[in-house]
Amino acid sequence: MRFKQLELSGWGRTTAAAVSAYRPERISAAADLVRAAGAENVVAYGGGRSYGDSAVRTGGAALLTERLDRILAFDETEQVVVCEPGITVADMQAFLVPRGYSLPAVPGTGFATVGGIVANDVHGKNHDRHGSIGDHVCWFDLLMADGTVKQVAPDNDGDLFAATIGGVGLTGIIVTVCIKVLPMPSNAVQVTEMRVRDLDHFFELFAEHRDRATYSVGWIDALARGAKLGRGVLELADPSPAGIPDKAPRRLRVPFDMPGILLNRLTMSAFNEVYYRRVPDGGEVSKKSLTAFFHPLDALHDWNRLYGRAGFHQFQCVVPEEGGASGIRSLLEEISASGSASFLAVLKTMGGEGRGHLSFPVRGYTLALDFPARAGVTDLLQRLEDITLDYGGRIYLAKDSMMSEAGFARMYPALREFRAVLEHVDPKGLFMSDQALRLGIRGPGR
Amino acid sequence: MSETAPQKRTWLVLGASSSVGRAFARLAARQGADIVLAGRDTDDLNRTAADVALRAGVFVDVVAFDAEDFDSHADFAADCARRDTAIDVFLLFGAMHEQDATDEDFDLARQTVNVNYLGAVSILDRLAPILEKQGDGRLVVLSSVAGDRGRRKNYLYGSAKGALNLYLQGLRARLFPAGVSVTTVKAGFLDTDMTFGLPGLFLVASPEACAAACLRLSDKGRETAYFPNFWFLIMTIIKSIPEPIFKRLSI
Repeated sequence: MRFKQLELSGWGRTTAAAVSAYRPERISAAADLVRAAGAENVVAYGGGRSYGDSAVRTGGAALLTERLDRILAFDETEQVVVCEPGITVADMQAFLVPRGYSLPAVPGTGFATVGGIVANDVHGKNHDRHGSIGDHVCWFDLLMADGTVKQVAPDNDGDLFAATIGGVGLTGIIVTVCIKVLPMPSNAVQVTEMRVRDLDHFFELFAEHRDRATYSVGWIDALARGAKLGRGVLELADPSPAGIPDKAPRRLRVPFDMPGILLNRLTMSAFNEVYYRRVPDGGEVSKKSLTAFFHPLDALHDWNRLYGRAGFHQFQCVVPEEGGASGIRSLLEEISASGSASFLAVLKTMGGEGRGHLSFPVRGYTLALDFPARAGVTDLLQRLEDITLDYGGRIYLAKDSMMSEAGFARMYPALREFRAVLEHVDPKGLFMSDQALRLGIRGPGR
Repeated sequence: MSETAPQKRTWLVLGASSSVGRAFARLAARQGADIVLAGRDTDDLNRTAADVALRAGVFVDVVAFDAEDFDSHADFAADCARRDTAIDVFLLFGAMHEQDATDEDFDLARQTVNVNYLGAVSILDRLAPILEKQGDGRLVVLSSVAGDRGRRKNYLYGSAKGALNLYLQGLRARLFPAGVSVTTVKAGFLDTDMTFGLPGLFLVASPEACAAACLRLSDKGRETAYFPNFWFLIMTIIKSIPEPIFKRLSI
């Protein structure tokens, strides 16, 4: 078998890992890699949209899933779709939406793969209503460390199921997955946008709307301080009974690494101001395509290059509802005081816990934003981690590139169960990522 | 709808497990054709069949086919003749080994010739009467620029593809009176599992682009074409180098 030597990095591009890439086009070829790997580590790499180092292992093998992209079954009676891991969310949506369905949880980018969203148990703007993707997974076929493929469902191996949902690829390679889909009446949503004066106003509006709107997402100007702290725009949306004409999406590309200096406090404040003022004072109602609503940034290819060669860190945490409002306030105060935030931060409500041992969601509030990789950002991220811990929250593994090992262990109480499963299914530690090593996910000394 | 609906056709894809085969099947199905996926790994082909049928809503069948198993080809062709739609044929199976490997191992050398040349001759000789009888149809063969000149780096593979290209020239003349077009696509570097990780590749084309070109070229009834088309320039230069100089090159 032949490998291609590649430098792979997460979407944030702060680190690059030298890997031996292998790109199977059929399941049997994927199994060949696992059987041949021996002592070498393996981890699946899908769309490359995880921000940090969770899908790469320096010096190990990267199993690129992009060519495992087939839809295997679609059952309208059961409302399930069965597919391979490398199909992208956008491709799957292009299949489902014209047939009157949608993936039940859609992440912010359509370039993520279905295998990737299961391995990270991703959530969308409808988490309150519908939970995360793991809540809708019926079963999956897992290529295990011994080279065999096992069908895993909650009722035949609940532990392995829970370890794989959100398990960041450490139990094996998902080669087939069956997902219950969501009826979707058209290709559009009816969106209501409103200006939000400050953070208290945000929490008022969340309390009022989170159980009514199917989709909700807040955009926060993380550079606003003082009385304006937490100001932004709230988007609420529900499926639209009538669709809109399909337009070929306009695709722009960032052709090279922009000088990082272009994203400075001045330009970003100005951008955030415009974004806030764009929504009229009394709010605005419009119809948007699902694509534009779910994946606003996908129209700008390679947008991560805006941050220049040094890249950026993304921070996303969730704080439980109890005390969550003050947790978010503390985080935003720390962030706005540092002045190092970039574009809009995202503030959303979350509905409940996921089914995986390492699932991210908790009922409460989740905050996500980018920080250009510059001096001081490491300290800031450490302080944000401390605040998150103070409020009993957790950081999202799909976004993490900097979390501490001790912090991680405190955030994920089911880590012990997760490790027990790995000890059983992959005692030699074949499946490993740089993140798993950094955070000691497999256990001390592994 | 005063005109009669166009006759339903079936694309027979020989060597359908490859990424170009999969891309071609998806594309041809999207244009409304039924598909027969032929190849050795029928488990894998069943997955592709499900995908193509679901996405495009056409009929997709899977048939076991081994290019090296010449004796099975007559029955395979007879089965094709029994289908109730007219067939078009896309042949893209191939086997590529490094020259050094075939130098040292005649089994690999024989396999290279058997798959790339004799396998194609064997199945096309059996399919040709069906196409002739049909009175129309298209045959597209994915060949290689390697067949244009014997090079130090891959002359065995190149000789098999070169022989295939000559064979197709004759077959084209044979099938022309019957209204059947024969399109030879000489491909440069393609981004497939045959080439992934090979050193020294440049301007590698995607399987989807290749599949689209094969379909487009056969739609136009082209005889031969390079894909991507800049390979015409590269191969024109390579072919023009005098042999006394060429023999000193290790390309």
